[in-house]
Amino acid sequence: MSSGHHHHEQDALIEKYGYDDHFHEHHEGDKFQFNFLTKYIFSMDHKIIARQFLFTGIFWAIIGAAMSIVFRFQLGFPDASMAWLKPILGKWIIINEAGIGTLEPEFYYALVTMHGTIIVFFVLTAGLSGTFSNFLIPLQLGARDMASPFLNMLSYWFFFLSSAVMFYSLFLSTGPFSGGWTAYPPLSALPQASIGSESGMTLWIVSLALFVVSVLLGGMNYITTVLNLRTKGMSLWRMPLTIWAFLVTAILGLLSFPVLFSGFLLLIFDRSMGTSFYLSDIFVNGMALDRIGGSPILYQHIFWFLGHPEVYIIILPAMGIVSEVLAVHARKPIFGYRAMVYSILAIAFLSFIVWAHHMFMSGVNPFLSNFFVVFTLIIAVPSAVKVFNWISTLYGGNIRLNTPMLFCIGFVSMFISGGLTGIFLGNSAIDIQQHDTYFVVAHFHIVMGVAAFFGMFAGVYNWFPKMFGRYMNDTLGKIHFWITLIGAYAVFGPMHFLGMAGVPRRYYLFDKFDAFSGFDDMNKFITIAAIVSFFAQILFVVNFFWSMYKGKRVTSQNPWGSNSLEWTTPIEAGHGNWPGKIPTVQRWSYDYGKDGIEFTQQHVPLRDGEKPSDH
Amino acid sequence: MPIVQMFNKELAPSQVQALKFGLWIGMASIIMLFGALTSAFLVRRGVGNWYEYKLPIEFFYSTVIIVISSIVLEFCFRALKRKNEKLFKQSLIASFVLGIGFIASQIIAVKNLLSQGLYIDLNVSISFLYVIAGLHALHLLGGLVTFIISILLAFTSEFAVNDMKILKFDLLRQYWHFLGVLWIYLLVFLILQ
Repeated sequence: MSSGHHHHEQDALIEKYGYDDHFHEHHEGDKFQFNFLTKYIFSMDHKIIARQFLFTGIFWAIIGAAMSIVFRFQLGFPDASMAWLKPILGKWIIINEAGIGTLEPEFYYALVTMHGTIIVFFVLTAGLSGTFSNFLIPLQLGARDMASPFLNMLSYWFFFLSSAVMFYSLFLSTGPFSGGWTAYPPLSALPQASIGSESGMTLWIVSLALFVVSVLLGGMNYITTVLNLRTKGMSLWRMPLTIWAFLVTAILGLLSFPVLFSGFLLLIFDRSMGTSFYLSDIFVNGMALDRIGGSPILYQHIFWFLGHPEVYIIILPAMGIVSEVLAVHARKPIFGYRAMVYSILAIAFLSFIVWAHHMFMSGVNPFLSNFFVVFTLIIAVPSAVKVFNWISTLYGGNIRLNTPMLFCIGFVSMFISGGLTGIFLGNSAIDIQQHDTYFVVAHFHIVMGVAAFFGMFAGVYNWFPKMFGRYMNDTLGKIHFWITLIGAYAVFGPMHFLGMAGVPRRYYLFDKFDAFSGFDDMNKFITIAAIVSFFAQILFVVNFFWSMYKGKRVTSQNPWGSNSLEWTTPIEAGHGNWPGKIPTVQRWSYDYGKDGIEFTQQHVPLRDGEKPSDH
Repeated sequence: MPIVQMFNKELAPSQVQALKFGLWIGMASIIMLFGALTSAFLVRRGVGNWYEYKLPIEFFYSTVIIVISSIVLEFCFRALKRKNEKLFKQSLIASFVLGIGFIASQIIAVKNLLSQGLYIDLNVSISFLYVIAGLHALHLLGGLVTFIISILLAFTSEFAVNDMKILKFDLLRQYWHFLGVLWIYLLVFLILQ
């Protein structure tokens, strides 16, 4: 079948059954993008904005990952000279008379803090959800654009502003904020607490406040678009699971980020107006502060009321992407579509009533903890439903083992491994031993760090042809996958042992502690694995940018044989996505292998005598 | 006024409906914002060291002003629907001026607090008052900006009523009523504490 012929057939279907909204008669789109600046920089086209989020996310991912390599180097090779990093890190590397360079401990904390902040917020929230919600929501729903393209553009530029402020803070003479990505008071509330708590913290909180605005503007648009601008025939139960995941993610963001904003607001007042929302009984250099009556636990409650939903804001889009990409490349309908949706909703609901499991050891009432333990463990149920459905989708599938598919399978593997250790940590009794150890670090990195990255990679490899009209190199992609998979397990696997032995996280050096001195080799091993994994990511970045210009060209509209609507647009879709009418939807999006036909796209009407497979 | 005319863009009814829906979502997040603050208020009060004081009397004047402003805006909306240009413009201005009056009464309330020595860092119970009222006032300022755009549009372009315009004006109306109700909630909350 020639691609040209196929192309023609598709357009004919849209022409025949499509819906004419007279979009192109108004030329609204063209009016606002007549030059380079309005087309590529201040664009209101969701597809451009998606790519802006992606590029910014990649930029931050490189910085965030590079930071982790520096502090891993400190942990794995504390005696080795870091003088070679002097040209990059400048005064944060102290060189003694013998020429041995050591990392300034204050800066070690700044690196750990920034690594967390950057990866959690800028990469896995903005870079993941910002990219794919923007790109796929209008395309997969048959919409011309977001409900408000203007607010959508603002959403990106608030993120950009937030990024710029945070980036600037890296170069302050007192360094960026260093009190941990959770920014607990009093370290975050008192500028005199440490050098990172000075201007670094001020910029941190300004940056995060701008970030919240970005998330709220974006989320408002995502929800509104999904619920109002679906094309004819696209009922909620016909939507691809990506869209379900993005919708619920946006709802979580809109309900939890304002709470974080409130918490930050009070923190700002504590920092600069002399209030005592979070401060009490504090001594600095032997002198008692006159700030009394505040409660640092109050901050933790507010922070984790966002903080826990935030981990689902990160993982749900990855789950949605994996559900979609897995089905496409297994050439099978997703197993248990409705169960998938209900489990997303259940996870989202539960995510709001488990926040105190981050605070078992910080002085909350142990009896209260019991409720949080129970709800936390219940999350295992919808999570297990999803894992079961992914595996069942793979079972008996006609699997294409290409890069996007490999990353989907890798995601499922990571989600299982990291999910299981969550059951340990969710028990308040076991948490007495495990809290604040490398066991926690291993758990969350696998289940929401690496897993979310795998979902993001699956998405990038899968939708790259739609974004840039070219493929990414599959061989390089597979090398990237295997090194990353093995590397990630090699990094985070051993950390479980460290954690069970009680090795605390965030420590700069362990040579003063006999209990933790036996782990030097393990720390070396982890660091080497981290460096190898890091270089595999450079491979990805090279592949990404090389393929943008030199990759194999896409020659047909629907290269993966996928059912969802984004693949009915022209290879290089312009503003408004479809050149003529909008396709209408005649069926759900997972008709793979139905009646012996490999795939049937959503805008294809039911064949004679065909029963609809709607759920 | 080219910038103002940007807001005069013709939109399909479905797009305006979507914007209205977006507004409701925005309101939900504002509710979460103030929900967090008032919960923090309760949690923090439970800890103790809580200074009791009387709310400034201007807060009650504010309430009367914002309620009247909402009622006038309701007349304004009806005038628009009935294509009564004169009443529409008059009530639009009146409602806007009352909105300014609300902000003015809030500023006087702050002056009153300061004159009693109730500074923001005196006790956390007073800190909360400043933060909550200040944040509400900021949201109200956002509403006033929308008012200014509506007024400029009303006085610079021809008075032509259609469904799209009514729907768009409804956005302002709903947001304004929402802020009024939010204020009453906050005031009742503060009184009960």
